[in-house]
Amino acid sequence: MSSIKIELRQEDIEKIREICGSFGKDPQELINVLHKCQEHFGYLPAEVQEVVSNELDVPVAKIYGVVTFYSFFTMTPKGRHPISICMGTACYVRGAEKVLDEFKKELGLQVGQTSKDGKFSLSSLRCVGACGLAPVVLVGDKTYGRVAPDDVRNILKEYE
Amino acid sequence: MSQYRMQIMVCSGTGCSNLNSEAIFDNLQLEIEAFALENEIQVVRTGCFGLCGLGPVVRVMPGEVIYTRVTPDDAAEIVTEHVLKGRKVERLLHKDPVSRKILSTEPELSPFKKQLRIVLRNCGIIDPENIEEAIAANGYEALAKALTELTPDDAIKIIKDSGLRGRGGGGFPTGLKWEIARNNQAEEKYVVCNADEGDPGAFMDRSVLEGDPHAVLEAMAICGYCIGAGKGLIYIRAEYPLAVARLKTAISQAREYGLLGNNIMGTGFNFDIEIKYGAGAFVCGEETALIHSMEGLRGEPTVKPPFPAESGFRGKPTNVNNVETFACISPVILKGADWFRSIGTEKSKGTKVFALAGKINNVGLVEVPMGTTLREVIFEIGGGIRDGKKFKAAQTGGPSGGCLTEKHLDTPIDFDNLVAAGSMMGSGGLIVMDEDDCMVSVAKFFLEFTVEESCGKCSPCRIGNKRLHELLEHITKGKGTPADLDRLRNMSKVIKDTSLCGLGQSSPNPVLSTLDNFIEEYVSHVTVKKCPAGQCRDLMEYFIIEANCVGCTACARVCPVNAITGVRKEPHVINPEICIKCGACKEKCKFDAIIIH
Repeated sequence: MSSIKIELRQEDIEKIREICGSFGKDPQELINVLHKCQEHFGYLPAEVQEVVSNELDVPVAKIYGVVTFYSFFTMTPKGRHPISICMGTACYVRGAEKVLDEFKKELGLQVGQTSKDGKFSLSSLRCVGACGLAPVVLVGDKTYGRVAPDDVRNILKEYE
Repeated sequence: MSQYRMQIMVCSGTGCSNLNSEAIFDNLQLEIEAFALENEIQVVRTGCFGLCGLGPVVRVMPGEVIYTRVTPDDAAEIVTEHVLKGRKVERLLHKDPVSRKILSTEPELSPFKKQLRIVLRNCGIIDPENIEEAIAANGYEALAKALTELTPDDAIKIIKDSGLRGRGGGGFPTGLKWEIARNNQAEEKYVVCNADEGDPGAFMDRSVLEGDPHAVLEAMAICGYCIGAGKGLIYIRAEYPLAVARLKTAISQAREYGLLGNNIMGTGFNFDIEIKYGAGAFVCGEETALIHSMEGLRGEPTVKPPFPAESGFRGKPTNVNNVETFACISPVILKGADWFRSIGTEKSKGTKVFALAGKINNVGLVEVPMGTTLREVIFEIGGGIRDGKKFKAAQTGGPSGGCLTEKHLDTPIDFDNLVAAGSMMGSGGLIVMDEDDCMVSVAKFFLEFTVEESCGKCSPCRIGNKRLHELLEHITKGKGTPADLDRLRNMSKVIKDTSLCGLGQSSPNPVLSTLDNFIEEYVSHVTVKKCPAGQCRDLMEYFIIEANCVGCTACARVCPVNAITGVRKEPHVINPEICIKCGACKEKCKFDAIIIH
């Protein structure tokens, strides 16, 4: 599974139990439980999945299957400033690929990777629905619209 | 409620919100308060106006004056000029990109011409977070009519007679779907709203949920009454936080007003709605996959039959419709089947919402009667192609659809005509491409999407699409052969014929449709190894026109691999062996001396 080994603190375990309890420990609520866990931890490491497995009485293999199936769930921690480039069709035809290439070059990261200092992570996503602003880049909660490859360096500068 | 003499509406759809329309709202509110006008002038947040390319947008009523590209700093001027002195703020009005004419009011703006708003009737007009505004705009009137004047069978008959077909892509008759769900006896039944809008480049459903959430809630309750269900579920993407928040507000307000919950309007009918979250999987738009996802499983589709109407969520009869379909229900119940039948073509009734995006002047949301031609949508409503370029193709149906070309421009758009043209309606994304777009790359782009989104359950889709993608990758790198084109066609056919669900059955469509319409582009890639659109990087060659080059050495200095040589003040040359085609030289050249072959 994940190459990163972490040790959950007692309070983390309590938090997961609390989340599972709030959904009545119903296995059918697994996806909602995972959403809440990811909101809390930022990602879903194997250790978190194990606790969920115990609480909901669902095999951990099944939970792993669900986590890896949906693109919204991730098993690697995101950077402090997660960068997402929209690769929806509208953004693509307006040059999103070139913008993504520029980010890769500037950061030395591939899609799905996080920088060593934990500052930036790079991902592509499918349509945020802001096609009027294409191409769109999200850094954390902030949206940048009509981004050109030349803007990339300035965007990154804001986070120095 | 007090009477206002003027209303200032601020679009708070996702597009405009991302451009800080919230701050515009706050500043307008502050300015109005500064002049103590809050009892006369109302500032309202509304859903999407459909003018996303011009956002953030502010509309002033009466007069229907539209201000575009507004910034928070403009709020003061709008209040002091327009509100106090009655003068329009000229610099914020939209100028037609072609005629340079100022278009100040909504009826003048071309995106609104030829439109007929049924689904989007309240979007951009009411405050989606205030149920009273929805009720004032006939909200929940159709539910009242159904509960008090119609039997479930009567209501289903109206929907059947109206000819309404599912707007999610398939086009299955909605009334018939409801009838099947009604006839399957069970103690528990479910109404599901599919709001998992997964098509990249489509944002119709999101805009409806953000702009008029009560339209969907009301229709789900009507559906519950018709099929005998007491519970509704909305399956929505977690990527749409604003829509989720508005839905939550709408549900709790509807409960408060007795329009959801037990004993609705005192009629003894019980119906409540819960939100279920998706987690980013395109295949979950397929109804069986969607149901599995709601049950906390991997969203893998299963064989139909049994259809969800027989055995769906938790094994109970379930009726699944998409957001846009639900948004059509109330007007049909209120105005009748004949009214709805009078709009559209013979087999496709009513209107369709399209999300116009890509290389088009007016990016945004439009709703037109079925049967409107592509030419009208792109050139009249959409304002034509950006930067005066030439129209090449319009992609409909997302990754499951195909391309429509010049020869399809005058075909009336409806479910059947699009299929005949080798594409499909899909959910309504319409991406416009111009002469600079390489159609082989477009097909590759969609296949890349399908490969990522295939659930992996059946091999034709899991392996076949991967092979298709590899072949396309080869071709765009200049390594393809003419035999590859036959391979593409054969494999596409096999994948279509042998895949289990709609995703696999339609995933080769972008390949087949581009092969049919743009075969010469494919041939050029595999024979002379040239990309006619000049988009495939590996097939490009940079070249210096001797006559234009003044020998300024700017290109040679910027070249990262020293591929450009030459003497100062004399024409330079690019060595194609060394050139990595980064394009830096072309950007630097002030004399248009560098061209791409």
